[in-house]
Amino acid sequence: MDAMIRVVDVHKAFDEVPVLDGVSFSIPKGHFAALIGRSGHGKSVLLRHLAGLVRPDRGQVFVDGEDLAHLGGHALRRLRRRFGFVFQGGALFDSMTVLDNVAFPLRECLRLPERSVRERVATALAQVGLSGSEAKLPAQISGGMGKRVALARALVLEPEILFFDEPTTGLDPITAQSILDLIARCQRDLGFTGVMVSHQIPRVFDITQQVLVLHRGQVRFDGTPEQLRVSTDEVILGLLGAEDAAGSNGRSRNGLET
Amino acid sequence: MLLDALQKVGHIVLHSLSAVGRMGLFLLQIVVCALTPPWKGRLVLNRIVFIGTQSVLVIALTGGFTGMVLALQGYHALSRFGSDAFLGPLVAMSLVRELGPVVAALMVTGRAGSAITAEIGIMRISEQLDAMELMGLNPFRYVVVPNLLAAMIAMPLLTAMFDVIGIWGGYLIGVRTLGMSGGTYLAEVAQYLEWSDISGGIWKSLTFGVIICWVSCYKGWHAGFGAEGVSRATTQAVVLASVLILVWDYFMTSVLF
Ligand SMILES: Nc1ncnc2c1ncn2[C@@H]1O[C@H](COP(=O)(O)OP(=O)(O)OP(=O)(O)O)[C@@H](O)[C@H]1O
Ligand SMILES: [Mg+2]
Repeated sequence: MDAMIRVVDVHKAFDEVPVLDGVSFSIPKGHFAALIGRSGHGKSVLLRHLAGLVRPDRGQVFVDGEDLAHLGGHALRRLRRRFGFVFQGGALFDSMTVLDNVAFPLRECLRLPERSVRERVATALAQVGLSGSEAKLPAQISGGMGKRVALARALVLEPEILFFDEPTTGLDPITAQSILDLIARCQRDLGFTGVMVSHQIPRVFDITQQVLVLHRGQVRFDGTPEQLRVSTDEVILGLLGAEDAAGSNGRSRNGLET
Repeated sequence: MLLDALQKVGHIVLHSLSAVGRMGLFLLQIVVCALTPPWKGRLVLNRIVFIGTQSVLVIALTGGFTGMVLALQGYHALSRFGSDAFLGPLVAMSLVRELGPVVAALMVTGRAGSAITAEIGIMRISEQLDAMELMGLNPFRYVVVPNLLAAMIAMPLLTAMFDVIGIWGGYLIGVRTLGMSGGTYLAEVAQYLEWSDISGGIWKSLTFGVIICWVSCYKGWHAGFGAEGVSRATTQAVVLASVLILVWDYFMTSVLF
């Protein structure tokens, strides 16, 4: 099968502390992969590599056959028009209203006429259950609402490749489940290739075809959710057990570790 | 011991050289983006309001008082030589050639430059710039270039306002308080102030606008981590921009006049 995303022996250190230490894997076109692992083991950093925001110290990242490190500004931007990215912190434009945030990519990338922009924004906001908050500023909505706006902003362009960095962390279980369902539905409809960092174990396994476990900067496991469930690796057992318990406690992380 | 010291000096020199290089590249990037479409007209207008319109009060106040104090001091100096009739040209020339562009630029640095740094710095640390980048857009066009164009439009206008209000403030002191003839004041200004004085001042203010935007955007763009990083960047931007304005002013003066 065609690999949409291929990572070859990526190394990255910050201030000489290695964060990624020889990461390799590939994700076939149309597959949705979950990226799990303990906090601080490099998931967000890996995701930023996949989007070309960070260049690896060593190794390569290929997206749709193109080596991100060798793409110039223009070619990289063209490739990124096919990306969607939901940041861990939302990264909403805080000087713009919710409506303008979601409309921004439509206006600036697609240059759609204002009427269809409004229509698509309304649909996207309804999908995430936020109709009626169009005029609010990011500072005036709750953290969970912000996450959903960020999700709407990423989905509104119907991208081919989507990266999610903990899209459901900090949401109540019901909203979290509905967001996961929404992502799964979009994935079925649009067939995007995706990577989702998530602590929603085991629910995230229901909507993904591949699981990557990142441990101490290396891929500890790469396989299907079924294979993961029968794994006897103690790291994975720990992760499943710990995250199971954490998930049912509605564990809240207030950005202290982000 | 000596080697250690040398090594340290070398480090510092290399470090500053690479910082200068990065700032130069940043300026080059701004200029390239500013000269190529698409331009964001609406954002430029927004920034003109922010940098220009909202500075009007501050510029009017500082301009007025600068002119008034110039008139007071100048009158004392001139009357010692019995040439107090030249008060008008003294005030006007000092303002138009030197104080107008420089003081206006310093005020705008403090008011708008620091805000620009903080704004871009916050966009950096909250990943808004990355988000734009990941939409396949060039954040330079949205957050840096509009500031540059707005500063280049607003600075000469603000400076002109500063000059006019300053000359009027001088008039107020010279004529109303010190009892000069109003006709003399204005006639002498008209006679001695030359077009080259005015155009020189405008050129200065234009380049000061570029310096303010360049430094404050650069510092915000490369803000470190967290609130502390942004606050440090803001302080550095104001200090560096102010110093650069004064240094550059010296060079401009020695070349222009
Ligand atoms: N810009 C940076 N500079 C220095 N160190 C960094 C930087 N970004 C990340 N790190 C370090 O890299 C490590 C991995 O961080 P990362 O954000 O990828 O963790 P994570 O797996 O996403 O954790 P979480 O689940 O809490 O989000 C951390 O130890 C962090 O300190
Ligand atoms: Mg993370």
